[in-house]
Amino acid sequence: MSDTAAPLKLFAKKERVFPKRVWGTFRKIKWVAMVTLLGIYYLAPFLRWDRGEFAPDQAILIDMPARRAYFFFIEIWPQEVYYLTGILIVAAVSLFLVTSLFGRVWCGYACPQTVWTDLFVWVERIVQGDRAKRMKLHKSKWTFEKIWKMALTHSIWLVIGMLTGGAWVFYFNDAPTLLEQIIHLDVPMSVISWVIALTLSTYIMAGFAREQVCEYMCPYARFQSAMFDKDTLIISYDEDRGEKRGKHKKGESWEGRGHCIDCTACVQVCPVGIDIRDGLQMDCIACGLCIDACDDIMDKIDLPRGLIKYDTTTQLEKRREGIHEKLQIFRTRTFYYFGILAVVGSVILYGLLNRAETELHVLHDRNPLFVQLSDGTVRNGYDIKILNKTHADRHFILSAAGIDGAKIRMQGAGKIEADDLTVFADSVGHFRLFLSAPKPAAKRHEIVFELRDTSGALVETYDSVFISEKP
Amino acid sequence: MRPEKKDIDELSGIETTGHSWDGIKELNTPSPRWWLIIFIVSCVWAVGYWFYYPAWPTLTGNGERGGTEGTAGWTQYKQLEEQQAEIVARKAAYQSRFDAADFSTIQNDEELYAFAIAGGKSAFKDNCATCHGTGGAGGPGYPNLNDDDWIWGGTIEDIQQTLQYGIRGNHDETRFNEMPAYADILDAEDIEAVADYVVAKAAGNALPERGAVVFEENCAACHGEDAKGLRELGGPNLADAIWLYADDRNAIVSQIRKPKHGIMPAWEGRLSPSTIRQLTIYVHSLGGGEK
Repeated sequence: MSDTAAPLKLFAKKERVFPKRVWGTFRKIKWVAMVTLLGIYYLAPFLRWDRGEFAPDQAILIDMPARRAYFFFIEIWPQEVYYLTGILIVAAVSLFLVTSLFGRVWCGYACPQTVWTDLFVWVERIVQGDRAKRMKLHKSKWTFEKIWKMALTHSIWLVIGMLTGGAWVFYFNDAPTLLEQIIHLDVPMSVISWVIALTLSTYIMAGFAREQVCEYMCPYARFQSAMFDKDTLIISYDEDRGEKRGKHKKGESWEGRGHCIDCTACVQVCPVGIDIRDGLQMDCIACGLCIDACDDIMDKIDLPRGLIKYDTTTQLEKRREGIHEKLQIFRTRTFYYFGILAVVGSVILYGLLNRAETELHVLHDRNPLFVQLSDGTVRNGYDIKILNKTHADRHFILSAAGIDGAKIRMQGAGKIEADDLTVFADSVGHFRLFLSAPKPAAKRHEIVFELRDTSGALVETYDSVFISEKP
Repeated sequence: MRPEKKDIDELSGIETTGHSWDGIKELNTPSPRWWLIIFIVSCVWAVGYWFYYPAWPTLTGNGERGGTEGTAGWTQYKQLEEQQAEIVARKAAYQSRFDAADFSTIQNDEELYAFAIAGGKSAFKDNCATCHGTGGAGGPGYPNLNDDDWIWGGTIEDIQQTLQYGIRGNHDETRFNEMPAYADILDAEDIEAVADYVVAKAAGNALPERGAVVFEENCAACHGEDAKGLRELGGPNLADAIWLYADDRNAIVSQIRKPKHGIMPAWEGRLSPSTIRQLTIYVHSLGGGEK
């Protein structure tokens, strides 16, 4: 005898979430956050910042063809990409700090996935109606009404997606010029492909994937529990007060039962489709909408608000002992996060404030390593690069120290002299240099190239070698 | 044969194919529908592809394109031609100016100079690096083009002439010389003596007398009275620190007895005049170019 048991299924079909409309404090915060963040996203590329005639005047610009990134007073060359690493570290540690204090506020209010999903759900609601209507429409056959409502929803989604992609490309091009090009339908291919890619990704992520991005794709959702402790604010259902839950008729006594009337308002408004009463869950993005929904119900049945609220485990435990515990901001964990933030932030700031405006790079020729000349002296060749990061043309004097009887000769178009090298504003000067000298004692002789400005002050040095024999 | 009644596997609850091998039945797990649809669409797509692109080889054909043409008119030959035409078009911006300018103009014009160096560098690696090395440093028997020792002259015109016509090359205008094999002319002692003289001369030491006499009688005609060479005749400078073959005395003796001669092919006709001019400027720029 064997049981004909169904095979174990590892795949659960996704239940579609239809969040109900909600009013309240946190909903208001979310609206404000959405408008502010989208406003910044769409308008920031149009901010101007004067950098003189040789550099673009866009405040935030990543200029790929010219290989420059601008952020207000900061200008980054490709070899300074470590600033970006620093900024990413600062962003990550800030996220850790905020999360350890207030839980997943990033997820709930500021994450692009949340903001755009919220916007898409809003569109859905405007066109198709609130939760119940949407659910009915979803289940109904393809009537004329369903067709036009679906078509309209998806069209608006696509338009929003296009605007998202449209705004993205402004960060990589001069915004007013590109806007003019778009109006005249004369847009470079790279822009078109980016707009198409971002339109589609926005449409798919905010229209269809939604909470699944947080649940399955986002690494942060998974590892944030490492930043949680007993003093972290989480959205929690007050079990002590709510249980035993059950339906309640007006006028009935509250004796011997909890305050939760099992109305499921918190479940209906949840954008990720969970029941917060089951406790803290990985799926919860801490948006606070269930708090708004529950408070609304509590008002209606004349019970105090806060059955679902921002709470910490410590506060909950103390409350059981009858003590009101304040939120603990200063903790070892927050201290460490703040410390790391302060250190990395200071290093970056120091780096930015002391950013070298000039750089000298010397590359000794590898082929040939050295050249024997007729008179017995030896010549070495070098590729010289002088980076002028200022916005003005500059002149430099280049010399080599550490070798006796050395003669410098520059090779290039026209007459170039080592004591007057011109490097144009915001660019790299590339020079060929020949250094001839009588054979030094060592096969490989250490030398130093010195770069001076026209006043004779030493600007940069670069250690190199003079090779006179096969190694 | 499929059984009329569905044969369901007890353990998994999945229908079997009905085939049984030694009592083991195969479950019927067809490929997923989405996969099947993509497969069929791909097959249909492939048919369109046959007509749109050149796809089928044919027995007849003009040799180069032995296949169906395709309605798109696209071929790899055409693509190559287009890409080459694009390169020519991009070069054209400089090419006509380059062709019209003389050497000194080019050497003083940043754009034309960069154009010449880029073209020359690439042509050098294709044509010259085989003997002279990718860095132009040469080797025994192959002159180093970086140094200041030029057998046939190091001005830009000299270099162009060498490139165009070669040395001991296959061109009517080629420059030619041949050092006699002194093993047949001088006796061994004289050869040893003159070798000592050459070594001393290059090192700047006291000059042996017998060697000096032999040198003056036999060698000075081509290598010069002072042994510093005669470029008009291609007689190498023997008084400097640079040796084409080797710098030890045995090698010098051997070269006197039975000299080796290198050949530089003529590049006129093999490379375009413009490429030869670019190569000339490139070689001149390596460090030894003379004014």
